[in-house]
Amino acid sequence: MAGYFNELFSGTKSLAIGLRITIKECFKPVVTLQYPHESLVMTPRYRGHIELVGDAETGETKCIVCGMCQRACPSGCITVKGEKREGVKGKVLTVYQLDFTKCSLCGQCVESCKPGAIDFSHEYNLASTRKEDFIFDLVKRLKDKS
Amino acid sequence: MNEVIRLVIYLVAIIAFAALNAAYLVWVERKGAGHIQRRIGPKEVGPYGLLQPLADGAKLMSKQILIPRGVDVPLFMIAPVLAMVPAIMSFVTIPFSETLVARDINIGLLMIFAFASVNIMALLLGGWASRNKYAVISATRAVSQNVSYEIPMLITVITIVMISGSMNLNEIVMQQTNILKWYIWPWTGNFLGPISFLLFFTCSLAETNRAPFDLGEAESELIAGFHTEYAGMGFGMFFMGEYANIVIGCSLITILFLGGWQCPFGLFPGIHWFLIKLYALCWTFVWIRWTYPRTTLWGLLNLSWKYLIPISLVNLILTAGLLKVM
Amino acid sequence: MTLLAESQLHETFELNLGPQHPATHGVLRVKLTMDGEYIVKAEPVLGYIHRMHEKMGENRTWAQFMANVGRMDYLSAMSFNHGYVALVERAMGIEVPERAEYLRVITVELNRIQSHLLWWGAFVLDLGGFSPLLYAFDDREQILDLLETVTGSRLTYSYFRFGGLYNDIDENFVDGARAFIKRLRSRIPMYHDLVTYNIILMTRLKGVGPISAEMCRKYGATGPVLRGSGIQFDIRKNEPYSVYPEFDFDIPVYHEGDCMARYMVRMDEMEQSMRIIEQALDKLPDGPVKAKKVPKLIKPPIGDYYHAVEAARGTFSIRVVSNKTNKPYRMKLRSPTFSNLSLFEEASEGMLLADALALMGSLDLVIPEIDR
Repeated sequence: MAGYFNELFSGTKSLAIGLRITIKECFKPVVTLQYPHESLVMTPRYRGHIELVGDAETGETKCIVCGMCQRACPSGCITVKGEKREGVKGKVLTVYQLDFTKCSLCGQCVESCKPGAIDFSHEYNLASTRKEDFIFDLVKRLKDKS
Repeated sequence: MNEVIRLVIYLVAIIAFAALNAAYLVWVERKGAGHIQRRIGPKEVGPYGLLQPLADGAKLMSKQILIPRGVDVPLFMIAPVLAMVPAIMSFVTIPFSETLVARDINIGLLMIFAFASVNIMALLLGGWASRNKYAVISATRAVSQNVSYEIPMLITVITIVMISGSMNLNEIVMQQTNILKWYIWPWTGNFLGPISFLLFFTCSLAETNRAPFDLGEAESELIAGFHTEYAGMGFGMFFMGEYANIVIGCSLITILFLGGWQCPFGLFPGIHWFLIKLYALCWTFVWIRWTYPRTTLWGLLNLSWKYLIPISLVNLILTAGLLKVM
Repeated sequence: MTLLAESQLHETFELNLGPQHPATHGVLRVKLTMDGEYIVKAEPVLGYIHRMHEKMGENRTWAQFMANVGRMDYLSAMSFNHGYVALVERAMGIEVPERAEYLRVITVELNRIQSHLLWWGAFVLDLGGFSPLLYAFDDREQILDLLETVTGSRLTYSYFRFGGLYNDIDENFVDGARAFIKRLRSRIPMYHDLVTYNIILMTRLKGVGPISAEMCRKYGATGPVLRGSGIQFDIRKNEPYSVYPEFDFDIPVYHEGDCMARYMVRMDEMEQSMRIIEQALDKLPDGPVKAKKVPKLIKPPIGDYYHAVEAARGTFSIRVVSNKTNKPYRMKLRSPTFSNLSLFEEASEGMLLADALALMGSLDLVIPEIDR
């Protein structure tokens, strides 16, 4: 009999404690971010899709078309092509295509890049209904930027 | 003729009241849930999201009413109506103020409980006719839950009826002229007053299928329970019925225990007092929902048979004794 | 219960729980044979997101497989990454700098807390309580922010490299981790008051879904499931790896074997993880985070290699056979919840549907990891 009442009282008490906690939380400030109206700035190390980095002075790409990133990529989403040109040492980058639909953002390509020609972008608001929108032409993007 | 016009006006007003309450209780629920969880809740449609219920209503009404293959069509269609109509009918006898009552019936209390029983039919039919296993499980749960909770609820009501000597809701309210005379207090004759108030409150939660007793629509177990297969306004009716039932339940608690439209201090009685008490109770319903986990059917029946029914019976006997002595 | 079902008086019916169902947290399908609300037989049907990670491992270079490991169990990607890099380091005989090992332990333990927090919220959600999920997410978000500033990613980190780490921590990390531990310590009593001591939750978990130590042995259950059944087994203590032997921490064990025991094991583990992190932060040595002598081409000598780690859900182990090429010859992954789920069929027999779902929640299933 004592157990019966004990259970009743301790049970009711636990329920009251629960209510006290939630009402306290109710009057605390909101912690969420109202997304479309405000958005976060990504941290410096954020791994977005990759982007060609322009040289600080000329704005030209640092890519030497060695193809290391293409080989390092586990998903095969990078296509790099270059050509020999008169008067230029080494190859010149003509095509740098990233198929972002396959990319798993592992960062192997950036690590494998010796001249530091690619880096992560901080873009995360990527949405589209068309697959083609995610096949990026990074050479063009670099040109547009500079 | 006048009487007919009066009744039509009341009918329209009641439907409007029920619908408005249902719509805005959803808003209160979403806002309340939001703030309890440190979010904002609806905010896009209108200031503070106040037009959200209208937008939701428009969406539900514009949706196609899907009838899955193999359902029992007449029952499937009638169930949502059955969920809504008894709730609205129950408003007929609720005294919002001394004069503001559609039909001052002498057995108003009994009528409300009669209609509350019809409400269970809606869940049973909806679940049964849906031809969905989850819905059937949900329907059986809802019925056994409601049946077991009506017993302590009615026993508690009998206690109040014994004290007040009337089943007319308006008369019950009129006897509770100030805060000391509310039937929640033991000295009014209701021997375990506050406890029986809590008991009745718990039963109302269970009656209206609200968390933590929302076994019927336990979404982590039974998808959406008895209204799994309903789309558009069919779902909308169930939804509105649920909230209308909450309003009815809270009105009853207000009337039976908290003096209805009477002011606690005997000043300016009227509809405003009724609404203040009503919405305070409704908020408690919301508050409870976003605090507790769900009970199981066993836990619920345990609570009913081990605690609620014995306590309400003890209360009945003690009250009867006390009234005899007084 | 089985007696009831066997006597032809009781009609049974089949109920498909999943592949899309709110309680399965993913695309797990459980074929239930029900007698009313009682479960006669529950048969988990797997394979809805089988991605052949083992085969993929055999077709990619050792370094390329890194990204896959984290994607098996997206909630404790750090532990899984740790298991894989430790395996390759063992095979290649690479020495990892002290600092890197300490940081690995810190991040793995943060990841474990994060996983347990999410489990806690989702489990209470399974039981019908909504708000705890959001509170847990609020805290979990702090960990994710912390890990994001260091690793650059919020879920599938790929932070470890053979012989060290991808990059060193930034200056705010140590203070951030300390601040987080302080915050979580102040929040956990609230969690207990709101959920653990709640009478409704206690009646739902106490004595529900008992799993005996015997059953755990039979099905190879590990992690909190095993420790909730009274067996003190944790890879971090029993087969120590990395720098775990240097820390003082306990392995929480409960002997009841019911859902409450598994619940309490996880709640206590969060505290123990915080202890480990605190000690690691205190002792954190200076130095490089990447070994100097890591070969360019990873081609482990011919042989058979094995490494196990304690992930948030139990023992995760990898066994590879190398034939001295740049790809593994054969790879076998052992993920914890696959074994933990396989005892569900036996444990759930004769249970009520609601209780069986509580049991399933207490196993802490991550479906991509079951299917791999």
